[in-house]
Amino acid sequence: MTHTPRFSSVDDVRERLAANGYLASDAIATTVYLADQLGKPLLIEGPAGVGKTALSQAVAAATSSELIRLQCYEGVDEARALYEWNHAKQLLRITAAGAHHNSTGEDEADWQQVKDDIFAEEFLLSRPLLTAIRNEHSTVLLIDELDKADVEIEGLLLEVLSDFQVTVPELGTITASQTPFVVLTSNATRELSEALRRRCLYLHIDYPETSLERQIVTLAVPDLEDGLADSIVRLIAALRQMRLRKAPSVAETIDWARTLLALGAEGELDPAFVRSTLGVILKHRDDITIAETRLELGRALS
Amino acid sequence: MHLADPLGARLVDLGRALRTHGVNVGTSEVADAAAATSALGLEDRERLRSGLAATMMRRSADRTVFDQLFDIYFPPAVGGRTGEAEEPAPTDTAGARERAVAIREELIDALARGDDRELERLAARAVLELGRLPDADNSSGFFAKQTIERLAPQTAIAAAQERSRESRNPSVGGEDAAGGSGQRREVLSDRYDREEIRGRVGAFRRKIEAEAARRNAELRGRDRISQFNVEGPLERVDIMLTSGTDAGDLQAVIAPLSRKLASKLAARQRRHTRGAIDIRRTLRAAMSTGGVPVRPAHKRRTRTRAELVLLCDMSGSVAGFSRFTMLLLQSLAGVFRRVRFIGFINVCDDITDLVRDSQVGEEIAERVTQEANMARHHSASDYGSAFADAADRYIDLIGPRSTVLVIGDARSNGTNPQFDALRTLVQQAGHAAWLNPEPLSQWRMGDSVAEQYGEIIDMHEVRNIDQLREFISRLPLR
Repeated sequence: MTHTPRFSSVDDVRERLAANGYLASDAIATTVYLADQLGKPLLIEGPAGVGKTALSQAVAAATSSELIRLQCYEGVDEARALYEWNHAKQLLRITAAGAHHNSTGEDEADWQQVKDDIFAEEFLLSRPLLTAIRNEHSTVLLIDELDKADVEIEGLLLEVLSDFQVTVPELGTITASQTPFVVLTSNATRELSEALRRRCLYLHIDYPETSLERQIVTLAVPDLEDGLADSIVRLIAALRQMRLRKAPSVAETIDWARTLLALGAEGELDPAFVRSTLGVILKHRDDITIAETRLELGRALS
Repeated sequence: MHLADPLGARLVDLGRALRTHGVNVGTSEVADAAAATSALGLEDRERLRSGLAATMMRRSADRTVFDQLFDIYFPPAVGGRTGEAEEPAPTDTAGARERAVAIREELIDALARGDDRELERLAARAVLELGRLPDADNSSGFFAKQTIERLAPQTAIAAAQERSRESRNPSVGGEDAAGGSGQRREVLSDRYDREEIRGRVGAFRRKIEAEAARRNAELRGRDRISQFNVEGPLERVDIMLTSGTDAGDLQAVIAPLSRKLASKLAARQRRHTRGAIDIRRTLRAAMSTGGVPVRPAHKRRTRTRAELVLLCDMSGSVAGFSRFTMLLLQSLAGVFRRVRFIGFINVCDDITDLVRDSQVGEEIAERVTQEANMARHHSASDYGSAFADAADRYIDLIGPRSTVLVIGDARSNGTNPQFDALRTLVQQAGHAAWLNPEPLSQWRMGDSVAEQYGEIIDMHEVRNIDQLREFISRLPLR
């Protein structure tokens, strides 16, 4: 297994991610660069909608790697994550062999052949982890929402992520020919095990700073006029300070910018306008009430 | 990496300092940090900070400690900054007022523009000019607290707000139709710009603290400063001492915990119903494998929600704690549907609806004590009679699926502890635990019956939020 770094410097990471539509903060770019240099998995935590998943997509695009994604959910197991044998196809093969042999009894040799046959590549269903390891091209492996999976899957990941090899009893050990760039994301609904955390580089992505968010919005909604973009980003930042149940994420900022653009807003925001579109950025009744009172949206500008 | 090199030694020291503050940094992390420094180089300090954070930190709660320690072990500069006067800093109290006024004037401007670099420079200057004790020679340290008191940055908020409005939207005198002469038109941002500037002042204070720590570390040694002058995260502050903390800050660290508790209990419910084979679905699934039941299908669980019953001591003796408990309850009410809150001092009352109807972040401890009927005859806490009352009136709420959590210090003022009542409650419940905000060492002192109760029920010391997190992550999945 050889490890060739994909990026040459932190600025290189930054530029290439930006070229693929992901504006990374300095902290994000630095950590991605390190994960690539050290060949370690990257564990990303942070609020929903700040671009955890988008980051790995951008890394894949920037390094022209294949993105292989393992979406975790409750009860995801080895058969879903690593590999399983295609039982139905194996049975079909056995039945087909039975149809061919003559009934007088030379099926012994035939059976040997069938036995070797049904545990061959052809009958192996490769799941994301195995696919990532066997892939000969550069690979980005995204293990999404790991906290949703059960604890047992972490044990499996520890084994796979430490030396990037998998043993299939019937086929032998398969070793990766390249080190995949591994990204694990978590929304922290469950505490991940200390052992797993130790093996990863840790990155907490928070809501971006105002200036960066403004760039992100302008990149996503190019038609947006400067004054309006400023007002939007500032108001969103103010909302995030209000300790709502669910603070607006970057995705919602972009949605809102699109909405306002479509409705023909410009320059400074108007309370009534904000009030009628608040549903785009806030998803809880309580949050909307809090925002309305704090910003006095019922009252027109004096 | 060989230890002879100063950078490696510095990283080891940083790792050790982190460990004394409860961040688990092992040898492999330090080795990774060294690899990170050689990959990143030392040119860009903020990149080095992110790199070391990525290799040495394990969770976002460690961030505050990490940042403070990083500033001590990897200071932005040594001694005075370039552009600072070479002569020793003035220490006289008389001149301090004038100097504070001068700095404040520049501060207002920097705050209004949100200029981070300028704020950094001003923080350094403020510490140098205002932070020394008057009578001391040069060997004494710099005091962040004194700097902040003399400068009083919060007094700059109003002026900065005015200046920032002015620069964004200059008044246009009589030409403006909407406003009077010299009157500015109101814009929506006027309704929240105060908060923005307040946030910048908060960041400025932290800059002052970091700068003072940096100067002091040079004078008195890094290890000493890192040990005593670093403020731990809210997660590790004793809950009893959180009465001065902003409710919102507390809420922010509690909320993820109640979500974790909910998902943990939900997972346990699922385990419960896993195992029984569903014959019909197994046979159907076997059709694809030629009738061989390769993958057995299990019965789907009947959707039962996790039930949670909390028994909370609401007496005033644990004032700091009961405020915390209330915030915890409010946050639990948001994630659990089947949850019952029973408050007691010496008798029980169901306070679920009171908690449910409250706004998030609203302080309800006082209202609950007034409106709920939790004390009879006297207002001292009596765990025995409260448990007896709960076993008498609320036993129906507790079923084999419920988790019962008792929250309190188990100080019963010498009354009859009524162990049998608690035993009844515990036996009725599927799982029961007690969260005690008192340190383990005090459990057998005075009127605490924690030890005896601990024999009946699983008792955990939960003095800070970190311990609560640990309690939740260790909850057994049965």
